[in-house]
Amino acid sequence: MSILEYLMGQRTNKKTALVAKERLQIIIAHEGRAFSGPEYLPALRQELLKVIAKYVQVDQDQISVKLDAKDGCDVLELNVVLPA
Amino acid sequence: MAQVIVVTSGKGGVGKTTTSASLGTGLALNGKKTVVVDFDVGLRNLDLIMGCERRVVYDFVNVIQGEVKLKQALIKDRRLENLFILPASQTRDKDALTQEGVGRVINELRGEFDYIICDSPAGIERGAFLALYYADEAVVVTNPEISSVRDSDRILGIIQAKSRRAEYEQAPVKEHLLMTRYCAQRVANGDMLSVKDVQEILEIPLLGVIPEAKEVLLASNAGTPIILYPDCNAAVAYTDAVSRILGATSPVRFTSAEKRSFFNKILGWAT
Repeated sequence: MSILEYLMGQRTNKKTALVAKERLQIIIAHEGRAFSGPEYLPALRQELLKVIAKYVQVDQDQISVKLDAKDGCDVLELNVVLPA
Repeated sequence: MAQVIVVTSGKGGVGKTTTSASLGTGLALNGKKTVVVDFDVGLRNLDLIMGCERRVVYDFVNVIQGEVKLKQALIKDRRLENLFILPASQTRDKDALTQEGVGRVINELRGEFDYIICDSPAGIERGAFLALYYADEAVVVTNPEISSVRDSDRILGIIQAKSRRAEYEQAPVKEHLLMTRYCAQRVANGDMLSVKDVQEILEIPLLGVIPEAKEVLLASNAGTPIILYPDCNAAVAYTDAVSRILGATSPVRFTSAEKRSFFNKILGWAT
C-alpha cells in the first residue's frame, strides 16, 4: 500500500470498528433481548412490518417496535421513518 | 453461601472453557473450595483444558442417572487442594441432562463448595439453558467481534427471562461482561470494537478484559489453565477478574495500545 493510498484511505474510509458498532446498535434495537419481552412481541412486530409494507416502501431498519413499562402500564412504541 | 456462576456466551469458540478453567483455578488459589462443571454433553473439553482427561471415570450424566455418587464422579485437581472438576458425559443422548437432575446435583454441590462454575456449551439449546438456569451470577464471555456481541445480547435475554431467578421473581442473576481476545492496538487503529463500544451495546458491568495472548494456546496444549502461566498478560488479567468476583475494584489493564514510534509506523506502511 502506497503512502498516498494510506492517506486517502484515512480520509474516505470509515473505520470498520465504527461500522460494526453501528450495525450492532441497529440489529440489537430490533431483535435484542428478544426473550425479555412478551412472547407475542416478535410476531406482532412481523405483522406490523407486513401491514406497513403494504402501503409504503420502507427498509426494515427504518421501523422500530419497542415495549416499555412506564408508571405501571406498558407502552407499545412504533417508530417508522418514511422515505423522503 | 455457595455461589453458582455460569460462564456463557451464545457463540462458540470465544473462550468459555478457557475462562471457566481459569476462574475456577483462580478462586481455588484464593482459598475458595471450587468445582467446575462441564455442561457440554457430547463434546467434553473442560477435562483437556484442565489436564485431567485421563482421570475421567464417571461423569455428570452418571450422577444424574443415579449410577454413581457425586463424590465418585468429582475429579480432584492435581495442582490445587480445593479445586474439583465434574466432567461432561460423551453420550450422544441430547436428553441426558434433565432440569430436575441438574437441580439435584447443583443442590448437593452447594452443600460442599463455595463456588460452582458452570461451563456452558455454545448455542441456546437445552445444554446452554440448563447451565444458566440455576445461576446466581453469569459471566458473559464476548470477543470484540460483531457476531459474538449479538449472541451475547441474546444469551443475556435468556438469562433475564428464563433463569430460575427470573422464573421465581427473585433478585436477578448478577451479570458480568468478560471481553476476551482483546487487541488494544487494533482497537486504537479503529479495526476492532472497543470495550466501551461493547459495554454501550450490552449494558452490563465489566468483569475484565483478557488480551489476546499466544500463551493461551500453549496452555491448552499443556492442559494447564492459562491463569497459572507466569509472565503472561492474559494470566494477569484473569487474576484481576477473579479478584473482582471476590469483591475487589481494580482498574482494568491491557486496554490501551502501546504508543508506536514514527519509525514503527513507517515499517507498518512498508508491510
